[in-house]
Amino acid sequence: MTVEDIIKPENLVYEKSKLLTSKPFHYCPGCGHGTIHRIIAEVIEELGIDEKTIGVSPVGCSVMAYDYFDVDFIEAAHGRATACATGIKRVWPDKVVFSYQGDGDLAAIGTCETIHTCNRGENITMIFVNNGIYGMTGGQMAPTTLEGMKTATTPYGRKATLPAGAGFDGIPNNGYPLHITELIAHLPGTKYVTRQAVYDPAHVRKAKAAIKKAFENQINGKSGVNFVEIVSNCNSNWKMDPVKANQWLVENMLPEYPLGDIKVDGKIVEK
Amino acid sequence: MAGFKGAVSVDTERCKGCGVCVVNCPMQVLGLAKEVNGKGYNYAYMAEPDKCIGCASCGIVCPDGVISVYKVKL
Repeated sequence: MTVEDIIKPENLVYEKSKLLTSKPFHYCPGCGHGTIHRIIAEVIEELGIDEKTIGVSPVGCSVMAYDYFDVDFIEAAHGRATACATGIKRVWPDKVVFSYQGDGDLAAIGTCETIHTCNRGENITMIFVNNGIYGMTGGQMAPTTLEGMKTATTPYGRKATLPAGAGFDGIPNNGYPLHITELIAHLPGTKYVTRQAVYDPAHVRKAKAAIKKAFENQINGKSGVNFVEIVSNCNSNWKMDPVKANQWLVENMLPEYPLGDIKVDGKIVEK
Repeated sequence: MAGFKGAVSVDTERCKGCGVCVVNCPMQVLGLAKEVNGKGYNYAYMAEPDKCIGCASCGIVCPDGVISVYKVKL
């Protein structure tokens, strides 16, 4: 049996979701954004909610997410995606609203909106893509950057604390990696909080199941924010090839940001 | 041996040659071509088509959604 005999429409088992437009992604080769876009589109298609879904895209690499999804989209001001999503959900409670943000948008400039949206317990779905660096602007340090990680603004590695006896003699204190997902899990307004990754097929399937649950919770009217963090890569600014960047993610990002559910149905999961 | 036989079709003009599908293929079917596409990327192709079992792992990890997977039962 030749390849031509197998490649026939009746034998198709997997293809790109029909909810993604034909426009090629502008992301770098191997970027996790493409995979996450794909699984969100698959979830929306499987749930049959494409006619009533409204997405909110951030400022960052995924600023043009509206070009790729065949659903309604709004582009919010930098960091204000969840505030925008709140407004949409309150005006149209029967619509399914999701925000899609990176770590610079959600955990840096938009920390205020993120925490207050979670504190108010809006019935929306938030997707948070964490790659530990500012991708679009050229690899500067983000709040989620790992300790010791070299970026454009921390060329000697991120230092959380000042060296002993150094005082304030010009050595910056860069702070600790911000665990915003654990932070918002302790707010009573959040319903479902989880952390996933997309570096191999098993984790893509798990991430897809988590996103599906986050959308189903919202459709079923369970009040509260459904928050999915996805640990992703940035091979261009990590200065690695895509395959090596995924290995680096497993070795360095995952010990700092362990995967798994943090809060399910309003209760913190005991580890 | 009874089982499945698969095949993948790659949209070579959209493929960016990141190689994530190559390392995630459990049967080592895929490889990166020596030729390049219109954008200058070495696109993915089936280097050993006989080994493919149609598991769709490559399609699931592909960041650009360029891979379609087909499978038949033998």
